[in-house]
Amino acid sequence: MAEVGAQAHGTHHPALQHHFTSLEQQREASSLGMWVFIAQEVLFFGGLFAAYTVYRSMYPDAFSAGSHHLSWKVGFANTLVLIGSSLTMAMGVYSAAIGKKNRVVGFILATILLGSVFLSVKYFEYGEKIRPCFGDGAHTGCLVPGARFDASALHLEGPEAGHAQIFFSLYFGMTGLHALHMIIGVPILLVIAHAAWRGRYSPEYHTPVELVGLYWHFVDIVWIFLFPLLYLIGSH
Amino acid sequence: MTPAFPLAPEQASSVAGEVDALFLFILAVTGLFAIGIWIALFYFAIRYRRRSEDDRPAEIHGSLVLELAWTIIPFLLMSAMFVWGAKVYFHLNRPPDDAMTVSVVGKRWMWKLQHPTGQREINELHVPVGRAVKLVITSEDTIHSFFVPAFRIKKDAVPGRYNMAWFRATKTGRYHLFCAEYCGTEHSKMIGRIVVMEPEEYQVWLAGGPAPESPVLAGEKLFTELNCITCHRPDSAGRGPVLNGIFGRPVALASGERVVADEAYVRESILSPAAKVVAGYQPVMPTYLGQASEEQLIALIAYIESLQVPSEGAPADAPVPSRAKGARSR
Amino acid sequence: MSSEPRSLPADHYLKAGWDLKSWLLTTDHKRIGLLYLMSITLMFAIGSLYAGIVRWNLLVPDGSQMSAEAYNKAFTGHGVVMVFFFLIPSIPATLGNFLIPLMIGAKDLAFPRINLLSWYIYVIGAALTMWALLSGGLETGWTFYTPYSTVFAESNVEVAAIGIFIAGFSSILTGLNFIVTIHKMRAPGLTWFRLPLFVWAHYATSIIQVLGTPVVAITILLVALERIFHFGFFDPNRGGDPILFQHLFWFYSHPAVYIMILPSMGVISEIVTCFSRKRIFGYSFIAMSSLAIAAIGFLVWAHHMYVTGMAVYSAMVFSALTYLVAVPSAIKTFNWTATLFRGSVKWDTPMIYVFCFIGLFLIGGLTGLFLGNLGVDVHLTDTYFVVAHFHYIMVGGAIMGYLGALHFWWPKITGRKYIESWGKVSSLLVFVGFNLTFFPQFVLGYLGMPRRYHAYPEEFQILNVLSTAGATILGFGYLFPFSYLTHSIFRGEPAGDNPWGAKGLEWTTQSPPLTHNFDEIPVVTEEPYDYASPPKEAARG
Repeated sequence: MAEVGAQAHGTHHPALQHHFTSLEQQREASSLGMWVFIAQEVLFFGGLFAAYTVYRSMYPDAFSAGSHHLSWKVGFANTLVLIGSSLTMAMGVYSAAIGKKNRVVGFILATILLGSVFLSVKYFEYGEKIRPCFGDGAHTGCLVPGARFDASALHLEGPEAGHAQIFFSLYFGMTGLHALHMIIGVPILLVIAHAAWRGRYSPEYHTPVELVGLYWHFVDIVWIFLFPLLYLIGSH
Repeated sequence: MTPAFPLAPEQASSVAGEVDALFLFILAVTGLFAIGIWIALFYFAIRYRRRSEDDRPAEIHGSLVLELAWTIIPFLLMSAMFVWGAKVYFHLNRPPDDAMTVSVVGKRWMWKLQHPTGQREINELHVPVGRAVKLVITSEDTIHSFFVPAFRIKKDAVPGRYNMAWFRATKTGRYHLFCAEYCGTEHSKMIGRIVVMEPEEYQVWLAGGPAPESPVLAGEKLFTELNCITCHRPDSAGRGPVLNGIFGRPVALASGERVVADEAYVRESILSPAAKVVAGYQPVMPTYLGQASEEQLIALIAYIESLQVPSEGAPADAPVPSRAKGARSR
Repeated sequence: MSSEPRSLPADHYLKAGWDLKSWLLTTDHKRIGLLYLMSITLMFAIGSLYAGIVRWNLLVPDGSQMSAEAYNKAFTGHGVVMVFFFLIPSIPATLGNFLIPLMIGAKDLAFPRINLLSWYIYVIGAALTMWALLSGGLETGWTFYTPYSTVFAESNVEVAAIGIFIAGFSSILTGLNFIVTIHKMRAPGLTWFRLPLFVWAHYATSIIQVLGTPVVAITILLVALERIFHFGFFDPNRGGDPILFQHLFWFYSHPAVYIMILPSMGVISEIVTCFSRKRIFGYSFIAMSSLAIAAIGFLVWAHHMYVTGMAVYSAMVFSALTYLVAVPSAIKTFNWTATLFRGSVKWDTPMIYVFCFIGLFLIGGLTGLFLGNLGVDVHLTDTYFVVAHFHYIMVGGAIMGYLGALHFWWPKITGRKYIESWGKVSSLLVFVGFNLTFFPQFVLGYLGMPRRYHAYPEEFQILNVLSTAGATILGFGYLFPFSYLTHSIFRGEPAGDNPWGAKGLEWTTQSPPLTHNFDEIPVVTEEPYDYASPPKEAARG
């Protein structure tokens, strides 16, 4: 149960919170907390994955057409960027475990950089689909579901156009939710990098770095599922 | 159940008696357990009430035998309830072959019904007693639910699909029809009645009023107006499959699947032709989404259902009772 | 029993600051529990007002008391407020927060700041939703069925949906906190099978909160997005499937009902043992059945959808599983009853609420067997039978347990006793009022009166009038505990550490407890509910 380690008696670690009996208990609790949070996130995205599964089985052709319209090269490049950012994140956690403060800061900044590259690419991807929806005129190329959706670029008409709108609802919904998780992750990474720079972490205590690492890896894994499901349907 | 304090609606359909019997069975079992536990609670509470602060209650941890008993026995009783309920549900979802089809379209806030002979009704349905009636139900807007308490039937009217319910009325009379799925402001006004009549009276009722257009004839007209006839010819020279005799039979699709050509399939093929293309044909049929209302779709389906393969002596498109088992559910 | 106390302890958690800041920035789980108590009591009052409007309208059959729009907004407001802002948080966020660290011998929950954050999230969600309800209203029903809610409703659907979405995270964070706390912060010697059943119940509840809530969150967000951006996700005219919404919605909302009842069941186990002065009958069976309810509860959602046109074989699977999930609840009920056998039963207010709970939950749960049954449900679904069923469980079950819990732990929370005779009178009022309100609704349902009807056929009037009369009595019944419990905070007799002579680590602390609960973390050597041995003295110094 409560391991009464040497650290808990007498001079206890500055990071030990008063309601925990030891740093070990605190670390285990924080870690379990992050795993439970990730479990919740799986179900959160899960609802969208369930809807995707249902609609794709109903409308395979519209989904295929919509998927063809996305640039798999851009998606693939972004995938590599994100996997790279997971690598730098893992290196950051390892550096914290061995107490190399400067490397921790460096790797976290690299993770932020790569994450920002991913988000910028997404910005441009979204842009080319959303920009045509504004202004007056034909809205050719508008791929935001709704009244201005233009299915001609997908060579679809009639009910298939409606089905393609569902594909793009899922595209924007799922990648948008994913991007939101990254947008939230970046400032958190900045805070952790700052704390690392201030010397708050050590081999005995670097739990925040581990937990943020877990979160970032999870966000990466979600993308690894999203990419083939959205970009790689059917043959190219 | 005195008339002054009824506990159940009249039993006016062939299935109502069985539903009530099933209900009473569940009531008897659950009632027995409930009363048993209440008695135990009362008895223990009184018999073992605290008489002094020095009372020393027994140290009982539990009893595996009791735990198994009160797990297994309820489980067995519930299995019986489940089996009987499933049987009734099956029955409620399988209309007899001789059922006459009435189409039902729910719309905020009214029920639009049409007889196979073409008569239309709003919020009322006249039927002959003793005849099986199959309802093909859909909605034009939100989800509604077609509920006749006296028949013990209910089915949601879902936009974009057909649902099926059926009944055989066993007593003449007038019975409540309710919408049972909240659909907005006048949800509680979306009510009406089922009027069950003696068969002769029903014939009189059918004959009264302006001569209705049978949905089959209406459908035949639409079939020409909408140019379906150009591709779906009774000979095999058209670009679309021959529709004579197709209704109610299995169809092989280009994907390799087989589906039954029921109301739902025909409707889908009119609105979304690329969804289930027949094997051996190209996906060239245009969609009629937006060009045919729900009622026109019902007419087209009635017409297609009436197209039978010509047998010796019978005209090619004489209406013949459908052999379809009912609208397929997803 | 403890010796007669004369006054409250010199130092306790309520004395650690009197100003607003000490409450609004607290990380003490006990104060956060009280913050929640005040918030949900307010929401319960609002939900009850809506209920009053609903029952007032149903006094006459022709709907002449108010417009249909007003009525539709009233029943929606009642459902939304009661489900999302009262029942779901009720016991976990108030008593769970207060008691779980005390019961396991910890100084606080694992994440005290997240605990406070969860309260703020709740308040923001509630404020947003109340704004939506009051500034134009919501009339989709608490179930938000599409395409009505996405295309046809002319009310504040988006804002209400976002408010509920936000409040969902409060629920998730509470559940997360409890899971980690129970896993990692138990006192030495407190093994899983020595935990109080209240803790087991909250553990199972928390699993459901963490895994189920995100699904309804994303679903309700989709509804809001579809309203705002016209995505067409559930719009059949664009290929959307309105039934998909129902599957996604009920995937959470069925387990949600177990979130609402499991904590109450935990309460019953605590009270029935103390007031029979006997250990619980079948401890491990009750503990395991909580987990079984949580697990199987995720597999039965489509029993709300038997008449939507789903495939007959699918419906059969859901019906079979629905019967399966009833078994663990039955096991608990038998075990509680058996606990009384050869016990020493004291009829104090908390115990009276236990009797109410068992008696009424029995009806609620057993009527679930009718609704889970395929043949009978076709007739009963969407009628007042369903309304009666779930009110028997939510009010006759969950709220009775909540009131029992409030009375049982009130001395621990406030350090004071309430007036016992008032407690007994109120419980009688509540019991009578409740049954008069809801039993007629079973009959109304079988007779065929549909739900959510503003006006109804005349022949249903007598039963509706009876129901409204009952609701009036019930309303008064609820006012009494509110007044005498509040009164006791200022004028109640000091209760002492353990006025009931109960087992459990929370009763070894002073009443009210110190901010940090325990000066020294206790070591547990006893089995739970070991009433054969005398109660421990409070650990002091």
